[in-house]
Amino acid sequence: MSRAVPLAVLASRVRADEKSIFEAFARRGIAPQHLDSRAWWHQLGDRGPRPTVLNREIGLARATYAARALESAGATVVNSARATELCGDKWRTSAALVEAGLPTPRTALGLTPEAALTALETLGYPAVVKPLQGSWGRLVAALPDRRTAETVLEYVAALPSPQARIVYLQEWIAKPGRDIRVVVVGGEALAATYRRSEDWRTNVARGAVSELCALTPDIAKLAVMAAQAVEAEIAGVDLIEDGTGEVLVLEVNHGVEFSGLQQALGDTLSVADRIVDHLLTKSRPCAA
Amino acid sequence: MVTCPECENSVVPAGKPVIGEIVECGECASELEILTLDPLRAALAPEIEEDWGE
Repeated sequence: MSRAVPLAVLASRVRADEKSIFEAFARRGIAPQHLDSRAWWHQLGDRGPRPTVLNREIGLARATYAARALESAGATVVNSARATELCGDKWRTSAALVEAGLPTPRTALGLTPEAALTALETLGYPAVVKPLQGSWGRLVAALPDRRTAETVLEYVAALPSPQARIVYLQEWIAKPGRDIRVVVVGGEALAATYRRSEDWRTNVARGAVSELCALTPDIAKLAVMAAQAVEAEIAGVDLIEDGTGEVLVLEVNHGVEFSGLQQALGDTLSVADRIVDHLLTKSRPCAA
Repeated sequence: MVTCPECENSVVPAGKPVIGEIVECGECASELEILTLDPLRAALAPEIEEDWGE
């Protein structure tokens, strides 16, 4: 005798993305448990019914610790704790991409702002400095020359958190006013959008506009390989084109926001339905 | 329909509301979080934190 494995969605904010996922469950007659991470807690050693949990927690710290705790209790978490940790740290993402042999901008890590200034002499100007953790383009700064780098790094040196004073640097890529966002689910690239902006940071959160991009086999393959490199089953892969037209992997997002992509897709494909379908493949029956 | 606690504008969630849903006030752009469904109540949503994102 077997029974269905329970399904749950971990989220503290139900945005349009999460609401569409709940609606996709409802279309299948499934009512997943909503775990509000603001109220959720776990005691080590507790082992429940081993649910399959979709991790849509917006806060990286809560998402990571919840995934670790749930996995310790035997749950299957999508994305896994490891994927969340890899995607949530830009240095670890870059290291995984390089380890997988994927094209990505040249990247350096300075353990102090002073070391970062030295690293920039090798990396060259212009360059970009980014926080190790963070999203939506926040606190990402262009460093066109040494004088600017000295100024920005002086502010970095004054930050209170020791982790914030570890400096992630990347070469500047002269992209053509856009980047490419590819949504990958279960090892398949579903769709891609160009994100265009007059600002050099092409984050939708900073006002970039999404429009559909032809999903070529090369782009699809690169995005799937990038998601695999960080072990993400559900991912938003950001790609940029350099001046020669080569496509580089910039980062991989474990908690992909897809409502903009869905608007561009219209009725041709439902990202939320594909996410739910993927979860259902993980939700195997278990002995009663 | 809920009343925006910031500007007292009437806000109508799109579709069937769910607990925890974030809706934006069309008047003052405040983010509201649906707290209860019956009766339908909302409060200002939590402020964005440093580690929030994708």
